[in-house]
Amino acid sequence: MILENNMTLTRRKVLVFGGSALAVGSLAGAPAFASLTDNAIAEMTGGAEIGEGAITLSAPEIAENGNTVPISIDAPGAAAITLFADGNPVPAVATFNFGPLSASRSASTRIRLAGTQNVVALAKMEDGSFQRASTNVKVTIGGCGG
Amino acid sequence: MAKGVKPRVKVPKSASAGETITIKCLISHKMESGQRKDGDGKVIPRSIINRFTADFNGENVIDVTLEPAISTNPYFQFDSVVPESGEFKFTWYDDDGSVYDTRKKIAVS
Repeated sequence: MILENNMTLTRRKVLVFGGSALAVGSLAGAPAFASLTDNAIAEMTGGAEIGEGAITLSAPEIAENGNTVPISIDAPGAAAITLFADGNPVPAVATFNFGPLSASRSASTRIRLAGTQNVVALAKMEDGSFQRASTNVKVTIGGCGG
Repeated sequence: MAKGVKPRVKVPKSASAGETITIKCLISHKMESGQRKDGDGKVIPRSIINRFTADFNGENVIDVTLEPAISTNPYFQFDSVVPESGEFKFTWYDDDGSVYDTRKKIAVS
């Protein structure tokens, strides 16, 4: 009887331990990707404060095919807009630099997303300040062709 | 030079002075990301277009830096002001050093 009790305890302990190790592992995985994007953003802004609201990022809520996800950005008064995808192997997607003849400081393109993740747009305004917008895109089939 | 690269651009034929027009650009290109592996498990080397520019009469409209996360057959849509009649020049820069360009005339009344 005593022996049996001991055994159940041990097994439960093992299970609990294994479970928590898994949880820690998956938690540690997620922020590693996010910080790549955050690092890139911090490098661009030099630690300056980032505002929100003056930039619009449109992306589909659910993308069936991660190989071509239509994205459009619109930031009146922006000098440049950079796009990041925080769940991709390389977060940088594209940088749009607007010239003197650019009319609306907006653009659309199609991007690849490896899986469900956040897409972040960072705009450098003409006065030197920064604006950001982000949106979550659910991807059914990833676009990195593993 | 990558095979089968063909730029396609849509610009209105005419506009009134100072009008904002929408331009659509597409170029057929594989945009090999450098992440994929072939049948033997070897990484297929990266081969993409890394820069795209649009100019009107020598003045810049947009200058885009592309990363491997841009889809096959990169497509861009953007707006431009047309102050006078002239010519748009669109240029794509390939990783392998080739440069593809195409020109479109627009008549401004």
